[in-house]
Amino acid sequence: MASISLIPLKLFDKETSIPFVKYRVFAIGSSIAMWIASFILVATMGLNFGIDFRGGTLIELRTQGAADLGTIRSAVGALGLGDAQVQEFGEPTDVLVRIARQTAPNASSVELEQLQQAAVDRVKTALNAALGEVEYRRVEVVGPKVSGELVRGGALAVLLSLAMMMLYIWFRFEWQFGVGAMISTAHDVVITLGVFALFQLEFNLAIIAALLTIVGYSVNDTVVTYDRIRENLRKYKKMPLEELVDKSINATLARTIMTGGSTLVALLGLYIFGGEVIRGFTFAMIFGVVVGTYSSVYIAAPLLLYTGVKRDWANVDGKTLKGAP
Amino acid sequence: MLHFPRWKLTAVILVCALGVLAALPNFLPASVRGSIPAPLPSQAVSLGLDLQGGAHLLLEVDGEGLYRERLLNALDDVREAFLRPEDGGTRITHRRSIDESAGIINVRINDPGDAERAEKALRRLAQPQGLSILGGTEPAHFTVTRRDDSHFALSLTDDYKRQLLRQAVTQSVEVVRRRIDELGTKETTVAPQGDNRVLVQVPGIADTSRLKALIGQTAKLSFQMVDDTIRVSDPQTLLDEATRRRLEPDDGSTRFLPSKDGYTPYEAVRTKIDVSGESLKAATQGFDALTGEPVVNIRFDTTGARKFGEITGANVGKRFAIVLDDVVLSAPRINEPIPSGAAQISGSFTVESANNLAILLRSGSLPAKLAVLEERTVGPEMGADSIAAGKVATIIGGSLVVVFMVVAYGLFGVFAVIGLVFNLALIIGILSALQATLTLPGIAGIVLTMGMAVDANVLINERIREELRAGKTALNALEAGYSRAIATILDANITTLLAGLVMFQLGAGPVRGFAVTLSIGILTSMFTAVVLTQLMVSIWYRLKRPKTIPI
Repeated sequence: MASISLIPLKLFDKETSIPFVKYRVFAIGSSIAMWIASFILVATMGLNFGIDFRGGTLIELRTQGAADLGTIRSAVGALGLGDAQVQEFGEPTDVLVRIARQTAPNASSVELEQLQQAAVDRVKTALNAALGEVEYRRVEVVGPKVSGELVRGGALAVLLSLAMMMLYIWFRFEWQFGVGAMISTAHDVVITLGVFALFQLEFNLAIIAALLTIVGYSVNDTVVTYDRIRENLRKYKKMPLEELVDKSINATLARTIMTGGSTLVALLGLYIFGGEVIRGFTFAMIFGVVVGTYSSVYIAAPLLLYTGVKRDWANVDGKTLKGAP
Repeated sequence: MLHFPRWKLTAVILVCALGVLAALPNFLPASVRGSIPAPLPSQAVSLGLDLQGGAHLLLEVDGEGLYRERLLNALDDVREAFLRPEDGGTRITHRRSIDESAGIINVRINDPGDAERAEKALRRLAQPQGLSILGGTEPAHFTVTRRDDSHFALSLTDDYKRQLLRQAVTQSVEVVRRRIDELGTKETTVAPQGDNRVLVQVPGIADTSRLKALIGQTAKLSFQMVDDTIRVSDPQTLLDEATRRRLEPDDGSTRFLPSKDGYTPYEAVRTKIDVSGESLKAATQGFDALTGEPVVNIRFDTTGARKFGEITGANVGKRFAIVLDDVVLSAPRINEPIPSGAAQISGSFTVESANNLAILLRSGSLPAKLAVLEERTVGPEMGADSIAAGKVATIIGGSLVVVFMVVAYGLFGVFAVIGLVFNLALIIGILSALQATLTLPGIAGIVLTMGMAVDANVLINERIREELRAGKTALNALEAGYSRAIATILDANITTLLAGLVMFQLGAGPVRGFAVTLSIGILTSMFTAVVLTQLMVSIWYRLKRPKTIPI
């Protein structure tokens, strides 16, 4: 180790001084535009809910030669099971068949669940007849009860995590920081949903996990910036807030880019080599890391300028320091 | 910075060594793993179904069906209680009926004079005497409402319903476990979930049809006499009668059941169960001596054999029905009394269906229907592919992070990388030791953790750079870098940990696996990135005493 002198590539040798705060109007403006666009996309195009949330059946199969989607489509369509989607999945031999949730009027809850199972059996029989040798890689059937629970659980999870983050940051810093963090993190979630609606990527339980990770990562990023702001607020009591926030963002920029870079690089490995099953999940996280980094720099910090912050972090009115390390 | 107390040093080295030891079994072939001596960890990571291949089924006990069944049984109890009243008086004539949708039994007394005695009898029925297991009094089974002078209504109490459900779940778990064990797979999980669900996980099977067939049948076997008073020659009239009887509230003495014996579509069968499947001692699949057809041979226990002997002795020449789950399998004529307690069930069986029935009878009947709420099955090839993909992604993702760190921070990048390696070992070690389940998203969690773990190092290194730029000496810069960064690292990691916690609580299956590895990874990364690298830096500093920091 002594003979090899490792010279690091110093990307950030000097402290940068990019006037982030000056561009805040533009940044926040474009952020609001993206929010609106995302809402419109989700409302019009809708999210492509997977069977986790809609109920139904998912069958991933592998055929001997390249799959003939037409044959599969007609075989499944002939069963009259309602909406059925057939698509290629990664390899030309891999096919994903999705059957909508089966319903029946006046059926008891037990019968409704049994309907899903009956549908799977019929599909498998039809496919075996039409295709001969078929390898069933994966079969997932979600009945109405569980899908309802997963929808509630998923939405609750995201909302709960946002609330918890806000409370934690409120506790460690101040309410303005909490609000700023929550808005910038909610921004990340909303925009990711918009992208999923735009490209109609499958939105299932794994994506909820990705969203929660994005929340965690984005807040992680935001906290680092806030921490520096808090430190500077103590150090430079007389500096105007705009300049202070700018200085703080620039100081942490190196770390933000580096960590973002390292995380992205790891996720890229996952995206390319991790297989088709988690590709949507990995994509969501990659996108989330990028957006999360953007929001911490351009939104979370400048928002403080609108809400204002307590300048004097020493004993004020006999109150002790909040969140002192 | 230079002061690294001996105890701290040994503690850090110990933790790292334990981590590596715990992770080691995963890289050894199974045969070697078995021969690792006792106190050393020898378990590899527990693979989730999406990596092993196997079936995951979430079943729900049909509570409504359970209550309905109990109510039907209560009809019989009412008949008994009025036929031979406990107060010793004469029989109380009445009419009883069941309103299934409302869950009520209606009892109408013929003679208003009997009303008092009837009410007493019903209340005795509703409140069983005696103590419950825990010593308190048993909760009431039924509520008895007096509608008017001669009309009573009985319904199940909520407490009793809960008790029934709980017992049903426990019993279902046992029965399902016995049935699945017959399939011969190892390491199956059958566990209660919530207050009315059962989770079944069977690793290694790809085709779930046999599994679902075994679980889907309640398998309630009973022997009941055929009601010969009903004589209908025309099949259509029989069908109409059957439909009519089934739609009207049942008075309980005779029911029409669909028949699979091939002679008639329906059989009129007395509801009184003469012998039930609970009296079975053995059930095996065999072949009929004459026809060679597959059949199921059964044997009753002593009580059952005696009852069977009595029934067959008293009813020679009449037909009795073998009923499975309210479907008549066959209704043979009794030619002679059968005191031996052995019988043969024949019908249109294949070898497999006869074998399945034998398995079902051996394992006992389910207290209520089990509905499959959710199924997730992964084939074994898919599982192997996922593991391979996971391995490749981890190696490549990890390598990219390594290159990134070394290029960006030089020597300190190398320290970070060594910390990363031990981080990985610790994660795998903890997963193996806890036997927590590793899923494909879990592997993604490990890769993600590697990317995020270096965040702590980045924070520290950037801080050191800043302090150096501000003009601090080498040693001071190192110390300031570490101490200033720690508060930030803590805050930042706790938020990600909170997200992991929410995910764990509200997620399911594979998503939970992701939350587990992410959370474990954050904790271990805080250890390796901060404590371990600090140790390395202090050792390096003491050895080299550099004037400048190559960062």
